[in-house]
Amino acid sequence: MTESTAPTDPRSPSGPSSGSTASAKEKMQASLARRYAAEKRFQAYGIGAIILALAMLVTLFVTIIGSGYTAFVQYTVRLDVTLYPQDIDPQGTRDPEVLARADYQGAINDAMYSLFPDASGRSARRDVRALVSPGANFVIRDMVLDDPTLVGQRISVYVPLATEFDQILKGNIDPAVTMRTIREASTGIPWSLPPGERLISENQGRYLQQLVRQGEVEGSFNRWFFTNGDSRQPELAGIWGAAVGSFFTLLVTLALSFPIGVAAAVYLEEFAPKNRWTDVIEVNINNLAAVPSIVFGLLGLAVFLQFFGMPRSAPVVGGLVLTLMTLPTIIIASRAALKSVPPSIREAALGVGASKLQTIFHHVLPLAMPGMLTGTIIGMAQALGETAPLLMIGMVAFVVDIPATPMDPSTVLPVQIFLWSDSPERGFTERTSAAIMCLLGFLILMNAAAVLLRKRFERKW
Amino acid sequence: MKDEQHSESAQEHAYPETTAGKPTVEDNAKVSARGANVYYGEKQAIKNVSLDVGAHEVTAFIGPSGCGKSTFLRALNRMNDTIDICRVTGDFRLDGEDIYDRKVDVVQLRARVGMVFQKPNPFPKSIFENVAYGPRIHGLVAHKSELDEIVHTSLERAGLLGEVKDRLDTPGTGLSGGQQQRLCIARAIAVSPEVILMDEPCSALDPIATAKIEELIDELRENYTIVIVTHSMQQAARVSQRTAFFHLGNLVEMGDTETIFTNPEHKLTQGYITGRFG
Amino acid sequence: METLYVIAAILGLTLISFAMGRQRAVARSEGQPRALHSLPNYHGHFVALWCAVPALILLVIWVPLEPMLAMSAALDYFQAHIADPAHMESVRQSKLALLLSLEPNATTIDLSALRADQYNLLQTEIRNMAAGTASTGHAAFMQEVADYYQGYRDTSFLLMVAACVAVAGAGAGVAWRWIAPEMRARNRVEQAVTAFMILCSTVAILTTLGIVLSLLFEAIRFFAQIPLTEFLFGLHWSPQTAIRADQVGSTGSFGAVPLFAGTLLISFIAMCVAVPIGLLSAIYMAEYAHSKVRAVVKPLLEILAGIPTVVYGFFAALTVAPFFRDVGESIGLDVSSESALAAGMVMGIMIIPFVSSLSDDVITAVPQSMREGSYGLGATKSETVRRVILPAALPGIVGGILLAVSRAIGETMIVVMAAGLGSNLTANPLEAVTTVTVQIVTLLVGDQEFDSPKTLAAFALGLVLFIMTLCLNIIALHVVRKYREQYD
Repeated sequence: MTESTAPTDPRSPSGPSSGSTASAKEKMQASLARRYAAEKRFQAYGIGAIILALAMLVTLFVTIIGSGYTAFVQYTVRLDVTLYPQDIDPQGTRDPEVLARADYQGAINDAMYSLFPDASGRSARRDVRALVSPGANFVIRDMVLDDPTLVGQRISVYVPLATEFDQILKGNIDPAVTMRTIREASTGIPWSLPPGERLISENQGRYLQQLVRQGEVEGSFNRWFFTNGDSRQPELAGIWGAAVGSFFTLLVTLALSFPIGVAAAVYLEEFAPKNRWTDVIEVNINNLAAVPSIVFGLLGLAVFLQFFGMPRSAPVVGGLVLTLMTLPTIIIASRAALKSVPPSIREAALGVGASKLQTIFHHVLPLAMPGMLTGTIIGMAQALGETAPLLMIGMVAFVVDIPATPMDPSTVLPVQIFLWSDSPERGFTERTSAAIMCLLGFLILMNAAAVLLRKRFERKW
Repeated sequence: MKDEQHSESAQEHAYPETTAGKPTVEDNAKVSARGANVYYGEKQAIKNVSLDVGAHEVTAFIGPSGCGKSTFLRALNRMNDTIDICRVTGDFRLDGEDIYDRKVDVVQLRARVGMVFQKPNPFPKSIFENVAYGPRIHGLVAHKSELDEIVHTSLERAGLLGEVKDRLDTPGTGLSGGQQQRLCIARAIAVSPEVILMDEPCSALDPIATAKIEELIDELRENYTIVIVTHSMQQAARVSQRTAFFHLGNLVEMGDTETIFTNPEHKLTQGYITGRFG
Repeated sequence: METLYVIAAILGLTLISFAMGRQRAVARSEGQPRALHSLPNYHGHFVALWCAVPALILLVIWVPLEPMLAMSAALDYFQAHIADPAHMESVRQSKLALLLSLEPNATTIDLSALRADQYNLLQTEIRNMAAGTASTGHAAFMQEVADYYQGYRDTSFLLMVAACVAVAGAGAGVAWRWIAPEMRARNRVEQAVTAFMILCSTVAILTTLGIVLSLLFEAIRFFAQIPLTEFLFGLHWSPQTAIRADQVGSTGSFGAVPLFAGTLLISFIAMCVAVPIGLLSAIYMAEYAHSKVRAVVKPLLEILAGIPTVVYGFFAALTVAPFFRDVGESIGLDVSSESALAAGMVMGIMIIPFVSSLSDDVITAVPQSMREGSYGLGATKSETVRRVILPAALPGIVGGILLAVSRAIGETMIVVMAAGLGSNLTANPLEAVTTVTVQIVTLLVGDQEFDSPKTLAAFALGLVLFIMTLCLNIIALHVVRKYREQYD
């Protein structure tokens, strides 16, 4: 393994004094053990460093997955809801507009009361009502909009539990803690609720146990997380709005940065004369690649929002800012790809009378394209994970609606993560982690695509 | 390096009998150069060369490495334009037209003066596409059938058709070195050039492939004017009708191949062909 | 939105002119394709370019200009008719009276006398009413102004459509007439494409210029209110100025030294984590690791580089900071839950792959002959690394570390989520400190007024950040390039 060998060959030391040679040999051997120990130590440092780095990676993933996997499940309660036509659609028009604006809360409340007939009195009834999420309203509305004949019928439906109870069933909150604080509060002992947790009453704890006993509660796949926009209620908050915002933002970024980046790279690599001006551009691009991303946000704020008066929070502006940010990455990667195309290809095309542009567009670009695309995908992955510059241009707004165009106010996945991470509720912590998992999933897909592309089209000249 | 150059230019004056500056005239000149100089930055690679290339002849440029023969060849279809630091002066004419005239479209020039390179450089595309590329960009064909015809006749003339006709859609880069070079020749003749410049076309090939290419060059002479740069004196003797000997950027001597090889005027030429230096 | 239709129309015309140009080239070649200088397609592209480019340029000028002109016309209309008592009365009845702080007995409104924010409010009101999104309680006269504004815009839009179509058609027509077999359409099209590429390559320059100018411009406005020396050397940072001039409150102080100190402290902690781990793992990977190990571990480490910083921020806030606090508690230390230690450590983790991949490049660039020379003398591997390779690679490694420092200084999300907000001039890593980037984010997120020193301060901080990282980058890139040249 190691190349170090003490010179033990008796012929090699041909020094003038054989006595001193012997002592040098002894000295050398005496130090060998120490040197090998140092060698081992050094290797151990290296292995230790790698293990430490990998351990941090593992810790990060374990933490995120551990606190987030529960978000993919939502506990629901089965309700038998009677949809009285006189409450929902008194005129009987079954007009979707009327149905969309109708109030289904009454029907839900009735269904809840019927589950707990012994709960009478205002506070008990309030406790009962608070068991289900306010989002139940939307669940039933969507069902009715899909099938208006449901009006007037008694339907059996699973509606989401309110987040506190959802979290208790998932084991993320210890009900004993919250209920104890209530007891302490009532006895005048100073109490403190863990941050972000809401009080639940002992009644509610009992009701929940009853529902579970009766088998009315069921944990199922949390589709709302993937179809909803943001919400103040953790159990209603979803990533779809942010995902669409990210999509629009990346679309604008891609549509601008790819053609501009490739054109700039082609010019600089194939056409530009070597002079001071192109040197300036070159140094400038390399520096731009290392400018902190938040500075690009300041640029976007001052130029796009202040100077050009573009709308705040719009993916189109986010796309512009991210374009400027990813452009250096794409230009650098594209130039490297162009460099790797051998000059003999250019000569061949020029030799049959192709013009310089024809040579580039017909031969050089197609051969450089895989490399350029790889660079672009990596740039897009950076853009997808970027947060700071988007905060500057107001993409931190609380947006419930799913954006329909790149001009609508919207947020993006990483900013959504940032927003949720600020909310102390356990339900949001869980969702933050789940959103991170989705974001990392996209990033891994993109990077895998880049690696595959590189492997598939790697060409040896 | 610099010093060497100076001593060489001194040498140049020591041989007033070199043809430097004096044209080697030819009656049926296809390409002619007068007082040609080529510079790479500060360095002068071609010094005041004048010569004619006869139509339907094979003209060979010989000389030791770095003597400027390839540089001169590339000046004939303005391939040197692609090198930033390269500067060409003098008068170059193709059929009497100045090829360095501002009005000349370099693209059309290169369609008339085709080129085959030292290392076979097929496009990483199919054999068919390699040959079809030139006719396509020059708008020589209106129909697919015409294109097919051009591709087939070009491959036929390049002596490659028999070997590849069943696999025209396979990549050109999959052929052997000799086949690749013949493919490049087919690609060059597909745009029906008037002149074909060959820059040491056999230097990367084995003897058998070389023999085939040489045979091909001889056949092509009928339809095209060919200029070939070669390292091998035997090759020049075998394929060319006229030979020009370059040394350190000077045209030392040009004449009938037979004369050059049997009875050179200049002692430098003699030294080179008898292998005393090179 | 309507502009998109205009663009679509221009593109449609472009397609048509392409076909016509191509067709004319074919027709004029009279069945002899070789007679054409350029392929028919190039003639088509040539006409298409003449159709699209002038029209699109016109559009790009018109679209941003038009609302401004319309607004100034609407304001003129407002000024001209406001003196009418009926109009005045209707304005006085509306909420606008309050917004413009109208005197009860005023007979007219002088627009030039309005404050900037009131002027903007009035414009917003007109715009909202024209779009039909204004809230209730507005004056009838304002509706009239809004209608005038909308009418102006509608007419202007029709004019724009007409102008664009005319320009497109004229351009295409002229180009179409130029088509002749000997016309060098290809060369002209290629010139246009080259011009486009040159334009694209200047985008990077324009971006830098934009950054410098916008930061400088706003920062100069800031320094007009707060002296530069106070900003650079002041020890107290509390930017909470009063939102409105009449509000009573602290005037704010803008001594940025605590921010610089906090940034440096956190960056220092990050480098303490990243440099040893990154460098040692790079050495191990380059000199010791089996190629199979390297094939697995290297991509794994690169995953660390691909994780978005917001994820690190969440990790720091959720796991690392509480962990340090608990450990501190258990040994009797008071560790802040937003300690510099937690933020710095997580930032260090983020930078590990950065340091390790740069060091890896630099170490593998050291020529093999140097290693062999050392082994030939009987040196062990670690001795070779420490005595020969590292000294040889030192400039490159230093350059890489400088780049990493610049990265750490500019990092935003980790510190926004895990470091403190309050300024605190301390060197104790267990306390909460704030950084330049945190302050930029806090000052600019949420509602802002663009003239207050509070907002402008963010740009001054941005300028400092930009200059700091730029200097580090230039030095680092220079050092690394010099190093590479040495072994090339």
